[in-house]
Amino acid sequence: MPPLLELRGITKRFPGVLANDRIDLTLNQGEILALLGENGAGKTTLMNVLYGLYAPDEGEILIRGSKVEITNPRDAIDLGIGMVHQHFMLVPVFTVTENVMLGVESVKFGGYLDREAAAGRIRDISSQFGLRVEPEVLVEDLPVGVQQRVEIIKVLYRQADILIFDEPTAVLTPQEVDELFKIIRSLVEKGKSLIFISHKLHEVLTIADRITVLRNGRVVGTTTPDQATEGALASMMVGREVILTVEKEPAEPNGVVLEVEGLNVRDDRHLIAVNDVSFQLKAGEVLGIAGVQGNGQTELVEALTGLREAESGQITILGQDTTNLSPRQICRIGSAHVPEDRQRDGLVLAFSVADNLVLNTYNEPPFAKGLSLQHKIIEKTAQERVDQFDIRTPNIFVPVSNLSGGNQQKVIVAREFSRPIKLLIASQPTRGLDVGSVEYIHGRIIQKRDEGCAVLLVSPELDEIMSLSDRIAVMFEGKILAILPVEEATRERLGLLMAGILEAAPA
Amino acid sequence: MSKVPENSQDEQLPDDKKPNFLQRLFVRQGVLSALWIPLLSVFTALIIGGVIIAASSPNVLLAWRNFFHAPIEALSITFGLIFDAYLALFVGAFGSPASIVDAFRVWSATGESRALLEAFRPFSESLVISTPYIFAGLAVALGFRGGLFNIGAEGQLFVGGLASVYVGYAIKGLPALIHLPLAILAGILAGGIWGAIPGYLKARTGAHEVINTIMMNYIAFRLTDYLLQGPMARPDGLPITPEIAPSAYLPALFPRPMRIHVGFLLALVFAALVYWFLWKTTIGMEIRMVGANPHAARYAGVRIASIIVLTMSLSGALAGLAGTNQVLGVDHRMVRAFSTGYGFDSIALALLGNSHPLGVVLASLLFGFLRGGAARMQSVAGTPVEIIRIVQGMIIIFVAAPEIIRSLYRLKSEREEEAVLVGGWGSS
Repeated sequence: MPPLLELRGITKRFPGVLANDRIDLTLNQGEILALLGENGAGKTTLMNVLYGLYAPDEGEILIRGSKVEITNPRDAIDLGIGMVHQHFMLVPVFTVTENVMLGVESVKFGGYLDREAAAGRIRDISSQFGLRVEPEVLVEDLPVGVQQRVEIIKVLYRQADILIFDEPTAVLTPQEVDELFKIIRSLVEKGKSLIFISHKLHEVLTIADRITVLRNGRVVGTTTPDQATEGALASMMVGREVILTVEKEPAEPNGVVLEVEGLNVRDDRHLIAVNDVSFQLKAGEVLGIAGVQGNGQTELVEALTGLREAESGQITILGQDTTNLSPRQICRIGSAHVPEDRQRDGLVLAFSVADNLVLNTYNEPPFAKGLSLQHKIIEKTAQERVDQFDIRTPNIFVPVSNLSGGNQQKVIVAREFSRPIKLLIASQPTRGLDVGSVEYIHGRIIQKRDEGCAVLLVSPELDEIMSLSDRIAVMFEGKILAILPVEEATRERLGLLMAGILEAAPA
Repeated sequence: MSKVPENSQDEQLPDDKKPNFLQRLFVRQGVLSALWIPLLSVFTALIIGGVIIAASSPNVLLAWRNFFHAPIEALSITFGLIFDAYLALFVGAFGSPASIVDAFRVWSATGESRALLEAFRPFSESLVISTPYIFAGLAVALGFRGGLFNIGAEGQLFVGGLASVYVGYAIKGLPALIHLPLAILAGILAGGIWGAIPGYLKARTGAHEVINTIMMNYIAFRLTDYLLQGPMARPDGLPITPEIAPSAYLPALFPRPMRIHVGFLLALVFAALVYWFLWKTTIGMEIRMVGANPHAARYAGVRIASIIVLTMSLSGALAGLAGTNQVLGVDHRMVRAFSTGYGFDSIALALLGNSHPLGVVLASLLFGFLRGGAARMQSVAGTPVEIIRIVQGMIIIFVAAPEIIRSLYRLKSEREEEAVLVGGWGSS
């Protein structure tokens, strides 16, 4: 019997880039195929070819052994191919039913929308696959994990047999990931076939039946979870050995750099997001803040960096009260901030690499003399930073938007780490980056620590927290539930704390 | 013209450390969309304008009705008319080459310069029209760079004109060296304040500047009506202000009948100043940062509220200067209709000029020449001046929707383009 889906020799060129180079891929009935690769390896391009968003330059697509032409998503849907996008394609102010119906509306009496019939089918699908989605709620009221399930329902509603999941776990909490994996398994039990795109090694090893690794637009190899290890997969992805654990000496903390006392902060909806938080951070140590996203970490960091007003409490940096000072004043004291959303807060995408490298120091000597920007010095310094931090860019004058995600983050790291800083606040510093960049940025953070900088690391990735931190604080619903030395912090214990279960903490 | 060299997209910058002048100038948008799109837009609009010129002529329509009897005649009448119209446009805008040559001959033989001045007069007139366009276009472009949509240039232009004309006629006996700068300063201040008000409202309350600048326009128009009919009216009661003292004139550059005056040079100086300010100073960088990404600007320590007020004030001041230029350089008094929509056209100019001072100057010259030549086109070729309005409108549409031009001329799309400079309604 021929495989359910077969891609043969798919080649896709963009100006100056060979995104897919003669890629062969097969997907069998009832199988989960993981497509693993760094950012830019060509995973998404390949799936967009399959989904009819791009026309391949060469190659053919076969479904159940017969050749098919897919020129637009409509063709793909008709052939039973469905895509769960990384960025959800939902209308927030529509209900689940309306979102699912959109494009395939069922009507009665010639023109009236038949919401009841659609809702009925959604309930059927929901119970059949254990999705637990209520058809009548507004999508904007749903948590991210449930919104993703709505996306899955949309695909199933269109009777897809081949489901493509594009980086589905990027936006999910660990609990939601578990939930998603259960759903994926039940989809396969019911006869669906899946392509799972990811760059996270452990997820791929957990969920996949087979793993195909892409690098630079080519298939490097196909393996199974039984035969592969994280290390082996990582080196396949990047083409060299990767150190997955960060090598570091024990910390030698001394002198309090950051002290937070009874801090309360409200979020955008004026609800208490940070609730009576107190902690100390010393020079030469990394304090990791673990927690499921949305438990006050963002607001905590914003209050520390002057981007959000603190309701009460006190923040002291290097002995100076910095509560509710402006971002610039806090920056001047010697603190650096690697923001959570680099494209929103950390960079001006339309500005050149050189301008972004002085984004918060452009008005200080030597970059400015009075009002006048010193472009020569800015450009000379930028060139040094680009060399020193190995930022891959054609030159320092291109807009930073032309750089890959990893290199964009390196621009921020280069800017912040090159200043004489005593305190580094890094929020999800490696979010969405490929293995090579993660390794690089982790190394730089530890280097800063060893230079005597105090580091506050906020990340929802437990692996990152556990490999970098000397002490780990767990945030839950705005409170710090416990602060553990890294030796006492096991994955299980942290997991329980992240779920708000206090018994795990030392008495 | 439609052939674009392969490397015109600056995506693939050479690995040289120093990009060339053009690439530096357009580092944010790419040479393709910054240069070729406007040029091709103008070209295309003129072609369509030609079709409209032909289609609106009864003679041409008649000739086409007899096409099967006399096809050559139909074609020659059509192309003859279009050629005549555009030739008249050209002569009206730049002057007639033949009479310029003749005038030079007379001048070199006799030293008599009258004919020379007469021959260059159309060129001078076009520049006179371009001048307020440059000021107002710079105003809107500066706002765009700061992420603000200043629709109020027309109103700011009115109050700038009012303030300058008042200082011009009310104060007497000052030397020009003091009186003229004072009158200019009055226009700058008035326009600046008119722009600062919606700026302050936006910074303080989040009220959208588009709404408030439109409202400020109405206030400026009605204020002008009131002042011209009452407090500032001429003694005989006509709704015209008294003439300003010659010491407040923007001096003419040449003898009459050439009307081109110092204001044109001043406009070029201000274009250079705006460029220097936006790209070479720290405050200019802050304005561009707020415009391109207010979140990152806040992260970088920029005080956004102050920058918004500053941007609107400067934008208003530049628009005010457009009004100042008209009353001090051209009319020497103020009438209700002293602006023929310069402030509104300037939005299109900023767009056409890619919100870059050099682009604004070029776009303003283009509009000046089109409008300068239009009158002659009507009188000589019988083509209505409104055709030029249509051409202008089409240029703007093509520039605002570059995909039309790209598909028309099979230009490759650029991967990265700076998003629309101004956020949508209600965006911060």
